[in-house]
Amino acid sequence: MSRAKSPFKARQARAGLLFALPSVVLILVFFFGPVLYGLWLSLTDFDLYAIGDPSTVRFVGIGNYARALTDADVWNALKVTLFYAFVGAPLSVAVSLVAALLVDAQATRMKAFFRVVYFTPVVTTLVAVAIVWRYLYQPQYGLVNAFLAHFGVPRIDWLGDPHWALPSILLLAVWKNFGYNLLIFIAGLQNVPRELHEAAQLDGANGWQRFWNITLPDLAPVFLFISVTTVINYFQLFAEPYVMTQGGPLKSTTSLVLLMYEQGFRWWRLGYAAALAFVLFALILLATTVQMRLQAMQAGKERA
Amino acid sequence: MTRARLALLLVLALSGCAPRATGPVTVRMWAMGREGEVVGELCRDFEREHPGIRVQVQQIPWSAAHEKLLTAHVGGSLPDVGQLGNSWISEFGALHALAPLDGWLAKGGAGRDAYFGGIWDTNVLEGTPYGLPWYVDTRLLFYRKDLLARAGYSSMPTTWTEWAECMRRIRAQSGGKRYGIFLPTNEWLQPVVFGLQSGSSLLSEGNTRGAFQQPEFKRAFEFLLGLYREGLAPTLGINEIANMYQEFERGTFAMVITGPWNLGEFARRLPDSLQGAWGTAPLPGPDGPGVSFAGGSSLVMYQSTKHPEESWALMQYLSRPDVQVKFWQLTGDLPARREAWADSGLTADARTRAFGDQLTRTAPCPMVPEWEEIATRILEQTDRAIRGATPPDSALADLDRIVDRMLEKRRWIAERKALTANSKHSEVAR
Repeated sequence: MSRAKSPFKARQARAGLLFALPSVVLILVFFFGPVLYGLWLSLTDFDLYAIGDPSTVRFVGIGNYARALTDADVWNALKVTLFYAFVGAPLSVAVSLVAALLVDAQATRMKAFFRVVYFTPVVTTLVAVAIVWRYLYQPQYGLVNAFLAHFGVPRIDWLGDPHWALPSILLLAVWKNFGYNLLIFIAGLQNVPRELHEAAQLDGANGWQRFWNITLPDLAPVFLFISVTTVINYFQLFAEPYVMTQGGPLKSTTSLVLLMYEQGFRWWRLGYAAALAFVLFALILLATTVQMRLQAMQAGKERA
Repeated sequence: MTRARLALLLVLALSGCAPRATGPVTVRMWAMGREGEVVGELCRDFEREHPGIRVQVQQIPWSAAHEKLLTAHVGGSLPDVGQLGNSWISEFGALHALAPLDGWLAKGGAGRDAYFGGIWDTNVLEGTPYGLPWYVDTRLLFYRKDLLARAGYSSMPTTWTEWAECMRRIRAQSGGKRYGIFLPTNEWLQPVVFGLQSGSSLLSEGNTRGAFQQPEFKRAFEFLLGLYREGLAPTLGINEIANMYQEFERGTFAMVITGPWNLGEFARRLPDSLQGAWGTAPLPGPDGPGVSFAGGSSLVMYQSTKHPEESWALMQYLSRPDVQVKFWQLTGDLPARREAWADSGLTADARTRAFGDQLTRTAPCPMVPEWEEIATRILEQTDRAIRGATPPDSALADLDRIVDRMLEKRRWIAERKALTANSKHSEVAR
């Protein structure tokens, strides 16, 4: 590569930069700016007193991070978040996939209708959904308990009992969100060549074998995309517990993001909340990297 | 030349068009919930009395109030006057959002003596008042007179020992079917009020450390835990019983500690047959009538106001005894001014009178911005101790540790203040 460029190329590069400039500036100002500010915040003890009197801000170095390590609430929120991410996300993907296979099956009629039905929860306001689900979960008159009572199941306080609240919220989250992945899966399924299925059928492969050897490998890229985005989304779960239980009972549904919100905007410990945000960022980065590596290894094995 | 003169004329005419100083001044006020709905009505009379002032009331739902006020403070858009829950005074004081009222009070206006002392004190930060109590909220006992009578009591006992004995008899008399009292395990009120009753300051060293392992709080904590341990109170949260009024009617428990809004609710929800059988009584204490919690809302003037004179006039008007009585009639909120209790229907009703009695014995919770979080921590540790997840002593030790850590910043600020005060002092000495 020679450093000397033709004047034309240089001009072109300048023009390109000029075109990119507005977006670059926007990203710098509205993304990297706040992120850097957040990073600085996380190294200070910025809190309520600091809003009143800025001279009380102290630089605490990694103090907030060290404190997070010994904070029982953080560990609890981490446990809850990992449950959301590693139970909720796979469950959500599985439900989406099964529903997509059903909707996409040749025998299914009224495909558009089912697509709309499954997608409706995604576009419905969570607050409205939460009201309905709170009725469903109501211990005395709720539909869920009324239904289970037919099978002799004793009354369960779904949202009030610390053991049940987490799975209850998770069920709501899965129901609320699976429709989105469903659409992506359907799009992926429609890209699987029919001829392969027909050929396999002629060779005597049964439904399961065709799914395992044709559908799934063809879906691999879609699968990767969905699993990464879904895990990230579940790591950031906030609205569902916030609206349904405010993180209770006994903090059993408090996710990291909810804890961060409470620390930041309820108790105004913005420095500490910013540190928690970076901890969460590191966790998501780690989880995503692991996922990508696993997927790459899988792909490598298949090619081999 | 003529053009310049014309321009001058125009400028003069334009400036003449805006004689703002002589027109009516608008005072903006933010009020919450039900109070926000009715305060406009009270203000019409105020405007009649003060033709030069217009009051613009904005109503804010309680659930959004805290965030809205903080955002408004940071954004510099707070109104002139506001209603503020008295547990938020210390927080907004720390933010320097509130105007100190000592200067205004010195010029005239009813001070501490005109109010219930415990309520007044919830507005004072380091000796300076930042709010005028508007209405008060305290908690006392709602109880079943018939069940107490059956257990041999014609009135509510006034000391802890007798009170617990009364609950024991109610339990025994019903063959163990009834509980003496319902103390929801998910409310911080009980441990805090019992602590205040036994003389605990809850925080120590100028509100910079927890005082939960000190003997006063320990005694209260033991008393509270004992009520559960003996089965005199059910180990249930408020969400775990479907309908408190129904259970009270059934006699599942004979007493419950709650607030003034339930005077109306009990009258409405309990059947006619029970209407003569329930009453209210001030809280018992360790060795005689005890204190209760001093809640409610205050009227504050925001630091940023441009019309302090007019704002103060409005605050004074809303604090006037006759207006306080009108306010009570509209909302059922109990007046904070003693005089308002003297000449009104308030004392005619025995159940309301008990509140008046209790109001002479109230104690403020610690005035620190962290209080709300401290209260939830007290609740958490109490809940753990009630359920036996932590032994009482270590629950209190944990509580002190958690609260000490929370208040580290206050200690640092106090030290810094002491240092600068010292250096100033030595400068003066030199």
